[in-house]
Amino acid sequence: MQITVNGRPKTVPDRLTLERLVADQGLAQTACAAEVNTILVPKAERDAHTLADGDIVELVTLVGGG
Amino acid sequence: MTTQIEAKPKTPDAPLTIHGRTFNSRLVTGTGKYADYETMQLALEASGCEVVTVAVRRERLVNQQGQSLLDFIDTDRYTILPNTAGCFTAQDAVRVARLGRELLDQLGNPGAGWVKLEVLGDKKTLLPDPVGTIEACAQLVADGFDVLCYTSDDPVCAQRIKDTGAASVMPAGSPIGSGQGVLNPNNIVLCLEALKRDDPDYPVIVDAGVGCASDVARAMELGTDGVLLNTAIAHAKDPVLMATAMRHACVAGRASHLAGRIEKKLYATASSPFEGAISFIPGE
Repeated sequence: MQITVNGRPKTVPDRLTLERLVADQGLAQTACAAEVNTILVPKAERDAHTLADGDIVELVTLVGGG
Repeated sequence: MTTQIEAKPKTPDAPLTIHGRTFNSRLVTGTGKYADYETMQLALEASGCEVVTVAVRRERLVNQQGQSLLDFIDTDRYTILPNTAGCFTAQDAVRVARLGRELLDQLGNPGAGWVKLEVLGDKKTLLPDPVGTIEACAQLVADGFDVLCYTSDDPVCAQRIKDTGAASVMPAGSPIGSGQGVLNPNNIVLCLEALKRDDPDYPVIVDAGVGCASDVARAMELGTDGVLLNTAIAHAKDPVLMATAMRHACVAGRASHLAGRIEKKLYATASSPFEGAISFIPGE
């Protein structure tokens, strides 16, 4: 299926969980917040959250800012 | 023999308190725009700040050297204040605030649950959108956030934001990153009057526009409770030295405010008495 991750199209296996996607991006051990279709998915709920075709995922972290 | 007197100010000060969070430093320092993370870390240390602001952005966890911001901020030491910088709608600001809270929750940082709210109205001036700001503030307060709200120096808007439930109103001294200092001190004083009327401990922080240490001192002398700055340190020729200057300016400005300045007068008043002078004094 096709999803969008941080603005870029990405082909992923059907029924991929958000937890798996975060791990595949190499972000499992880092501070990272996830949003699917503009709704925040808390870290504890990522494993139960199955992604669907067309989902728009944002993975964010903290950067320098004022 | 010299008479020894203990130097103890008559006027006591209390720590900065924002909705139950207490800080000895009244300087809030940003973490953006530094040439490198090492300089940032040293500047934060030199500034004496206890609260640092950060931004929420798409995953870019490592820079070209393989470093991440969080590798250089001691999250046990600093309270992190996530911002909603770059948001031009209330909806986006609320989303970003929630993502920031999630990140700070993961880090176990006490900054989880508060936010520096920015809803911008114009990309060139980075002036706030007052309608979007109040709309986002209301949603975030309802969602349990302590909202520290960036706004213009308009006293009416500042009052509306406080009425919406913001934990602190943070009027800009001048546009973000402009280094122009406090352009309209009268408006800052009007904001202070409005916001602190019947609520003298309500925290008002000048956010944005500082260019140098005297700008910080001036803002504090007006009676603001703190100053939030970033560019003035990060882009100074020597950021660590400027951070030191900002630290002292903040303390000096606060003390000067509490001590109470003399009234300005048109004519001079001699500090040395004319009485007993052996010199010729006209008119005496």
